[in-house]
Amino acid sequence: MRMLSPAFPEPGDPGSSAGALLEPAPGPPRSLFRRGLAAFLEHKLAVAAVGVLACYIVFCYLGPVFYHGDTSQVRMGELTRPPGAGRPLGTDQQGVDELGKLMRSGRVTLEVGVTSGLLASVIGTLYGAVAGYAGGWVDALMMRTVDALMAIPIVFALVYLAATRGRTKTVFILAIALTSWFGLTRLTRGDTLALKVRDYVAACRMMGGRTPRILTRHILPNTAGTTIVNTSLTVADSVFALSVLSYLGLGLPAPDDDWGGMFAAGAGYLDQGYWWMIYPPGLSIVLVIVSCTLVGDALRDVFEPRRPQGVTRLWPS
Amino acid sequence: MALLEVRDLHTRIKLKRGAVRAVDGVSFSVEAGETVGLVGESGCGKTLTALSIMRLLPAGGSSPRGSVLLDGRDLLRLDEDEMAGVRGNDIGMIFQDPMTALNPTMTVGRQISEAVRIHRGAGKRAARERAVEVLRQVGMPSPEQRAADYPHQLSGGMRQRAMIAMALAAEPRLLIADEPTTALDPTVRRQILELIDGLRERLGMAVVLVAHDLGVIAGHADRVNVMYAGRIVESARTARLYAGPRHPYTEALFDALPDRAAEGGTRLYSIPGQPPDPADPPAACRFAARCRYAQEDCRTQDPPYRTDEETGDRYACFHPVGTTQRTGAEPAAGTGIAAAGREPAPVQLGDVLLEVTDLVKDYPVTKGLLRRRVGTVSAVAGVSFSLRAGETLGLVGETGCGKTTLARLIVGLEASTSGTIRVAGEDLAALTPRARRRRRRDVQLMFQDTHAAMDPRMRTRAVVREPLDIQRIGDRAFREARIRELFEQVGLPVSALERYPHEFSGGQRQRVGLARALAPAPRLIVADEPVSALDASIQSQVLSVMKDVRSEFGLSYLFISHDLSAVRHLADRIAVMYLGKLVELGPAEAVRARPVHPYTRALVDAVPVADPAVERGRIVTGAGGEPPSALDPPSGCRFRTRCPAAREICARQEPPLARHGPDGHQAACHFPLVPLSAEEVDTRRR
Repeated sequence: MRMLSPAFPEPGDPGSSAGALLEPAPGPPRSLFRRGLAAFLEHKLAVAAVGVLACYIVFCYLGPVFYHGDTSQVRMGELTRPPGAGRPLGTDQQGVDELGKLMRSGRVTLEVGVTSGLLASVIGTLYGAVAGYAGGWVDALMMRTVDALMAIPIVFALVYLAATRGRTKTVFILAIALTSWFGLTRLTRGDTLALKVRDYVAACRMMGGRTPRILTRHILPNTAGTTIVNTSLTVADSVFALSVLSYLGLGLPAPDDDWGGMFAAGAGYLDQGYWWMIYPPGLSIVLVIVSCTLVGDALRDVFEPRRPQGVTRLWPS
Repeated sequence: MALLEVRDLHTRIKLKRGAVRAVDGVSFSVEAGETVGLVGESGCGKTLTALSIMRLLPAGGSSPRGSVLLDGRDLLRLDEDEMAGVRGNDIGMIFQDPMTALNPTMTVGRQISEAVRIHRGAGKRAARERAVEVLRQVGMPSPEQRAADYPHQLSGGMRQRAMIAMALAAEPRLLIADEPTTALDPTVRRQILELIDGLRERLGMAVVLVAHDLGVIAGHADRVNVMYAGRIVESARTARLYAGPRHPYTEALFDALPDRAAEGGTRLYSIPGQPPDPADPPAACRFAARCRYAQEDCRTQDPPYRTDEETGDRYACFHPVGTTQRTGAEPAAGTGIAAAGREPAPVQLGDVLLEVTDLVKDYPVTKGLLRRRVGTVSAVAGVSFSLRAGETLGLVGETGCGKTTLARLIVGLEASTSGTIRVAGEDLAALTPRARRRRRRDVQLMFQDTHAAMDPRMRTRAVVREPLDIQRIGDRAFREARIRELFEQVGLPVSALERYPHEFSGGQRQRVGLARALAPAPRLIVADEPVSALDASIQSQVLSVMKDVRSEFGLSYLFISHDLSAVRHLADRIAVMYLGKLVELGPAEAVRARPVHPYTRALVDAVPVADPAVERGRIVTGAGGEPPSALDPPSGCRFRTRCPAAREICARQEPPLARHGPDGHQAACHFPLVPLSAEEVDTRRR
């Protein structure tokens, strides 16, 4: 190894001003994460959405610690009571306390939504990256398979899976995940196709880098934006899918339930004006889905700052 | 009264925090029939000055202050409707990149006739006829057919002609040309500039020519305004300015031209540092921090203009060139290796390091589902040359001549169709994959687009360390020390290791690129247009650093460029490539001073010289038209379709690369510009 050149300008040497002025950008170096966070925090709506999601998590998981509404017993004397003392959100058609039930079904909804969203993202990203990087007939075969799967109506597939494989949480998670990774896989494949011909991938190959290194160091990190944005949107879709299934009466068997099931039960009493059975689960579904979507939109601006800003951004920051 | 008079123009661009004073008090005037140049480095505000005149500012641009008088009418006071009538009608504009400025979904003819219909109220038919007429005026071959083409069907030069035709359709009195030739090949560049000149004379237009290159301006402008950091620092008649600039910045721009350094045999001057932050310029002379003449007063006060009443020449400097001793030491290009002003010692040439023999690369053109082969793009067609250790070979050619393909073949990014590449005597294709990967260290590549060549999610430390990681050179501590050493050698502070590539300017990023290429201690660096995307003053910085590390490490370069003057600064020998073939190869000075092949002659002629007298008096023999497609190259000599000396034999027989001088000067031409000596004719016969 060569020695350092001793002639590198000392401070105070007139030539050293060149070195000082070569400082790339003002301010201390910041990591991409810190910068992304700063960009995210500029989206007021998305920050509020994160707050809403956090509130729901606290509500569903810590709520039962402080609020002991009995959600397991059917009490014939307490059917469909409006909100009042001892039952802040009233009771349902079986006399079960609505607030307690909202917490418990919320856990099911969030767990199924988040897990299947994450699972779909993992499947979608890997499948798309492999197809895009392999190219040729492998790519053609893999993507035509996706096209064929996409042609199956999702509700039909969900209903079929729920009906034939039993109605457990695991089945719902798998069923929803397996029907919602197609969009992401197409996006990831597109990204990979564009990335694999980039000069920095060529540079890595030229240095002797092999495929695993290129995929893990250069291609997957650069598709992370697409993946993260879409994961939040997929979670929203999964919450919706589960609610739809439950609304159709194909949700988890009693006594387990989710927000979609609660909403369906309330919808049966629409004529009687039992609003406390409809609004709490309905609003919860809407708030969680909208929040996930807003977070996704903000993340899109974080990862792709040059894109036109998301439509859900109501006012400029 | 001048046709266009810009007075004290101020334009700001709003940012998230604060505002950039992009144009900060610019005044100049243009007479009818005159060409006025606007020169400066990127970011100096020249394009925004042009856009402010047109009132076509980008998002965040505030309405310009000051006044822009066109024939006495202040454009800045017009409402949007009136202004729309001025654009295109009174002022035409040509943009740098015709591909993005033309609508890809409309034929060229329709786009031009649209302009005519809007401004002239002409009928469909009349407008169409006018479109063909203007296309003919701008020298478009077979204008009737071209009018029916879409922009992507035209070559770069033809697209720029179409742009000019569109700008001229309504016969404007003022034409603003914003870097009209920057995206074009040198031989085409000259054609376009001459076209603008001719049209100006014939139509009596005034022209504002925006450029970053003093050479381009020299032969075409009557008056030159040099801009720096949002202001005009010097304004003078062209001849006066080139004879003796008075502002130190103008002088520095001249000194940074590689041609000047090559002629004077001096070290290429680089302006140290970077322009001031446009959001917060110093309240003093803006150039003081980089100036060789700066005194105390320059750092505290803003110099007013000094005007020559008679000629109107003016400059803003307390200590104009020639009145003061230089204060600062000649700043080196940022490396500590070479002391200021001194040329690094010449390199001793070693054994043959790279040997390329009959290298061919064809790309099949396929069609349809079954990938039926319908043709072949002949990118590299039988190229042979060798390169010795410590030597620099410059490879010159226009877009599409196969020089980048050649580079990618040599570094192993592509596999050749036939022919061999030997590095240090070993044929790379014959090695086992493992040995070949190990060999990859010896040859490294510098990319043209440094932005694309570095992973945006990696800090520069990781970028430069990657070749060491892949090649498993040294342990962690060794790699870190090596990276720090490399950064110092290319003139970057160690703090830059923590930064991401996009935080650097283009010149700095190319230094990072050089550091990465140097990391595995290669013997040869293939540099593919390393400075083409950079400003002149930054180009010279990068070239100087490349020169310094060459003598430091005993490197060889294969330096690829379309620009003969950049190549000349570094190269010992020059190879000229045309449509996949080498047409000339020889010592750098000989090739430039006594070109043998007509194409080389055309390239030499196409290099703009920063001397108005030379530029104006030049008779150009150069090549007309544009390179044919490599999909179906001409028979025989591939240059014959553009060659002024072509005869019948050129179509029948391909000329071999033959000797044309004692020093290894070779050229492939049936009718060389320098006749063969008797002895050479003799050898050839045998």
